[in-house]
Amino acid sequence: MFRNQYDTDVTTWSPAGRLFQVEYAMEAVKQGSAAIGLRSMTHVVLACVNKANSELSSHQKKIFKVDDHIGVAIAGLTADGRVLSKYMRSECINYSFTYDSPLPVGRLVVQLADKAQVCTQRSWKRPYGVGLLAAGLDESGAHLYYNCPSGNYFEYQAFAIGSRSQAAKTYLERRFETFVNASREDLIKDALIAIRETLQGERLKSSICTVAVVGGGEPFHILDPETIQHLIDAFEIVGDEDPPANEQGAAAAADAEEGATAEQGATAGEGGDGAADEGAAPMDI
Amino acid sequence: MTKQQANWSPYDNNGGSCVAIAGADYCVVAADTRMSTGYSILTRDYSKICQLADKCVMASSGFQADVKALQKVLASRHLIYQHQHNKQMSCPAMGQLLSNTLYYKRFFPYYSFNVLGGLDNEGKGCVFTYDAVGSYERVGYSSQGSGSTLIMPFLDNQLKSPSPLLLPAQDAVTPLSESEAVDLVKTVFASATERDIYTGDKVEIVIINADGIHRDFMDVRKD
Repeated sequence: MFRNQYDTDVTTWSPAGRLFQVEYAMEAVKQGSAAIGLRSMTHVVLACVNKANSELSSHQKKIFKVDDHIGVAIAGLTADGRVLSKYMRSECINYSFTYDSPLPVGRLVVQLADKAQVCTQRSWKRPYGVGLLAAGLDESGAHLYYNCPSGNYFEYQAFAIGSRSQAAKTYLERRFETFVNASREDLIKDALIAIRETLQGERLKSSICTVAVVGGGEPFHILDPETIQHLIDAFEIVGDEDPPANEQGAAAAADAEEGATAEQGATAGEGGDGAADEGAAPMDI
Repeated sequence: MTKQQANWSPYDNNGGSCVAIAGADYCVVAADTRMSTGYSILTRDYSKICQLADKCVMASSGFQADVKALQKVLASRHLIYQHQHNKQMSCPAMGQLLSNTLYYKRFFPYYSFNVLGGLDNEGKGCVFTYDAVGSYERVGYSSQGSGSTLIMPFLDNQLKSPSPLLLPAQDAVTPLSESEAVDLVKTVFASATERDIYTGDKVEIVIINADGIHRDFMDVRKD
């Protein structure tokens, strides 16, 4: 993986036409903890895995409210993500100040992408080491975008980034056709299941994940841990039942998956009652 | 050789009066809804009151274009504050921000005469009164605008602490109840409307208390 000769500067091309520093920055995104997003016609949900370094510390903030109608989830260098969120907030405020209306999501992601591109073409800068999932609503509907350190951006129905995101992506690929008309609750449940996929067997609790919703009249906000824990309990206990918003193929595949995790859920269920106190998230700063 | 004077002014005065009274656990902020220019009326239905934060309301008279710009700047600054601090700005904090914002334009001022009203960090009513360049003071009651010369002496008579000769004189938060304060505001505007041509049409009365913000209207003379 080490292509030493052409990777010192972001302004140096490799003979194969690659900018290795940019690719290394995208690698940083892959190392960050998972973040996923999915959207329906009316709502967008962001969810991420939030693990604290130790029991003593608070967890990293990975989901940021940018405006009432836009929020972002980040993966990678969270400090870069924080700074970019501040930029996005500022852009939204300036736009509403000038035009008395909310900044369309597509415009914001382009500005963000252009900002990222600058860092790929200056010898005294480095690319931002963070991937952003931008979720928002505007006049043209609900949107989910992914912004890369390379300066590229894409719109998605559903996407996952960060470590072990492939497991979540596989789940989302199977289920994405049901998302368009899914209800808010089903969308959130799908987001939680996708997050669980990235945990590879570790028990899903509201203390290690964060979920945020925007849409259908609701401004962007992060759901409180109690609500999340109820939803987690609801679908983990519901072991054998078909998952909501069914499709033939998806149901068969999902059943097999639910069956496997139901055993996990059942054994963890007894332990869950005792560990109910753990369900509440640690002190949020 | 007389000095050449400008034949165009960037300012206009749209008239109107504003009042605010602080109570033990409430605050009343009121302003008329008439907007004028010269001897004409532009509209009878213009709000001079703006909610800046959960428990903080500002009433401003003067040049309404400057007032609108000022309200927008404060609203944007409040949004930034909320992003950074994860909470609403308190009334005293907004009071300082307003003062700084006004002084920022010391050499091309916002032609805006403001009263800020709300609840402080302890839930008690607070009123701040300003001049156009940001000099401000926390008081128990205040009025600004074209009718203030008529209104202020009456408020002093009704609300000022009994012995102004005793030092230090202080504008104590009024012992009046919320409904008594609202009645006083209504009386005050009815009187100001009689003699000030720029005050009239309707009075918008906003009450801030622990339950939140409540708005009422009162009709007054339209001549």
